[in-house]
Amino acid sequence: MTMKHTISVLVNNRPGVLARAAGLFARRGFNIDSLAVSTTNDPDTSRMTIVVDGPDQVLEQISKQLYKLMDVIKVLDHQDEPVVTRELALVKVRADANSRAEIMQTVSIFRANIVDISETTFTVEVTGGAEKIDALINLLSKHGIKEMMRTGRIVLSRGPRTA
Amino acid sequence: MQMTGAEALLEAMRREGVEVIFGYPGGALLPVYDVLYDTTDIRHILVRHEQGAAHAADGYARASGKVGVCMATSGPGGTNLVTGIATAYMDSIPIVAITGQVPTFAVGKDAFQEADITGITMPITKHNYLITDANELPRIVKEAFHIARTGRPGPVLIDLPRDVQQASIEFEYPEKVQLRGYRPVTTGHARMIERAAEMIDAAERPVIYGGGGITASDAQAELVALAERADIPVTMTLMGKGGFPDDHELSLGMPGMHGTAYANYALHEADLIIALGTRFDDRVTGKLDMFARRAKVIHVDVDPAEIGKNVRPALPIVGDVKQVVGELAKRVKENRHPKWRERIAEWKRQYPLTWKGDGLKPQFVIQEIWKATEGRAVIVTEVGQNQMWAAQFYPCRETRQFLSSGGLGTMGYGLPAAIGAQVARPDRSVWDIAGDGSIQMNIQELASAVAAKLPVKVAILNNGYLGMVRQWQTLFFQDRISHTDISDVTPDFVKLAEAYGAVGLRVTEKSEVTRAIERAMEIDDRPCMIDFHVARDENVMPMVPAGGTVDDMLVE
Ligand SMILES: Cc1ncc(C[n+]2csc(CCOP(=O)(O)OP(=O)(O)O)c2C)c(N)n1
Ligand SMILES: [Mg+2]
Repeated sequence: MTMKHTISVLVNNRPGVLARAAGLFARRGFNIDSLAVSTTNDPDTSRMTIVVDGPDQVLEQISKQLYKLMDVIKVLDHQDEPVVTRELALVKVRADANSRAEIMQTVSIFRANIVDISETTFTVEVTGGAEKIDALINLLSKHGIKEMMRTGRIVLSRGPRTA
Repeated sequence: MQMTGAEALLEAMRREGVEVIFGYPGGALLPVYDVLYDTTDIRHILVRHEQGAAHAADGYARASGKVGVCMATSGPGGTNLVTGIATAYMDSIPIVAITGQVPTFAVGKDAFQEADITGITMPITKHNYLITDANELPRIVKEAFHIARTGRPGPVLIDLPRDVQQASIEFEYPEKVQLRGYRPVTTGHARMIERAAEMIDAAERPVIYGGGGITASDAQAELVALAERADIPVTMTLMGKGGFPDDHELSLGMPGMHGTAYANYALHEADLIIALGTRFDDRVTGKLDMFARRAKVIHVDVDPAEIGKNVRPALPIVGDVKQVVGELAKRVKENRHPKWRERIAEWKRQYPLTWKGDGLKPQFVIQEIWKATEGRAVIVTEVGQNQMWAAQFYPCRETRQFLSSGGLGTMGYGLPAAIGAQVARPDRSVWDIAGDGSIQMNIQELASAVAAKLPVKVAILNNGYLGMVRQWQTLFFQDRISHTDISDVTPDFVKLAEAYGAVGLRVTEKSEVTRAIERAMEIDDRPCMIDFHVARDENVMPMVPAGGTVDDMLVE
């Protein structure tokens, strides 16, 4: 069965770790949909969240291979558990006198923020799950999106469980 | 104690019990070689090509069970190691490779003889390091040896910039390694072992399929105990050869593409396969979904990533094979399977491992070497038909007696690996069973063997072909012999050996074989190469074509 998997990887905060991990996906011909990396509450540890599409069995194999890397401390595929996930997007949208009010209304319904304004544009910041961001982008697109950037998905397990 | 990075490297190796380094110098390693100038307690064997250094370290490791060490300079030195490192990686062999690197300030700037060797070897090492701070050197060397030899063994590379070799540090060797991302499981799950024992007790047609893990974990005694107690026939892969005595009545020999017919039939009809330290390689299984379809599988391996990779086992056990098999041997019931044993005996009578025809046959040469060495030689192989015949016709009783590039299939492995093996086992006769193609890939290592006075024997099964490829062309490409006939230019191997200061012998008649082998055995101060002009068109049989099943097996 093929499905989107969200995998959290706790790693030593060292040079080269990202290349080693990414190499395992590349070798099997997987495109990484999204990737987020940051240090954690422990400065020696980084956490990567990898979103990737592929057959379950192959991804299980890759997870095991990830685990074999010396700098990987823990691998968690969030397949079967409730999680909190967030992405963030910045969207620079065309905004003229006619469209400003409508855009502001849309933004507020989505609990997004306008973080920069120019004569002709708004820059909108939105966080949330992928569907919410997709929906907002969809609504904004009719005004004309000039530029945008989305972060990779970040994920934590719900409740007291930790990776 | 205050010392330079280069001195610290040697001191750390001393602490790790290193007795020999196979290496080749260059600009980026000058500080280390300067320390070696005064080093007497660690032997340095100068190879003639860095690939030879990596294979020699690998052969040393396979023959001794210790970590092999090789060393090369930056850039081309490092890239020349690559094939040898990949060979060790595929067969899970513990080696530590040291490469010189341009000074840290020049790294990443395409400096003279710079290559990103940690980048290049990332997918073919268990782990690798670029040392940027000399103070970290002792810890890293300690970790490298630990990683190489524990868990599923494998190669580790340390890239050492020249300024790091020259920096002055306070040497302190750590007592312990602390790697929070590395904790190989060694003890198999007790409940799983219990269930495995029950499955074994209940089986009517069990087969043990053992691999290199038996050697790596030194589990021969436990394996013999398990097989004998529960009366289970055993097939050992190329990598596992010697892990179960080939002359044991329960032995089925090798499975797979050029395995015995009876091993393949037994796997095909088995109702339980106990896979020990092995990875269901395609050369063993053939067409995967047809492999051992009637059998439940118990898979024991120290590497969790191997379990379920190719075959989904009914019962997985992650753990050290020696520990798990030792437990199993204690828990299984004493058992007999007379019907199953008789069925196998019948296959053995019907499809014995043999060859047809008289004359100077390659199989005969190997059998004669076996006789002359009383089955006690360390056999190293090249790759091709020579390798398969060596596996088929040199029965082994011990682990670490048969060294062959199984996973990568590296032509040119044999001679340098034999050098490493001879260093590890000066007490044993070491034979490289070679092909006329393969031997020319690292022939320069004859010089290393002569210089180090190593009496390795090279038996070239000279068929004038890249024989294994020719065999495939004959069988599967309508005999269209495309670029595999190398008989147009064959060097005079006798003269070649002599040119290097080794002894060269030529054998063109069957009647001369034994005498030549005996002559070679008398030489103890230099290598001896025998050029056997064997029957050219011999094929390795039996053969299960790639991706085939036992039903496709060719037996002659
Ligand atoms: C480095 C390398 N290149 C190519 C091959 C492909 N290959 C496998 S066997 C073989 C022929 C080997 O010829 P030879 O050494 O004469 O052995 P023979 O099969 O004749 O005994 C070749 C070319 C290989 N295994 N390794
Ligand atoms: Mg040949």
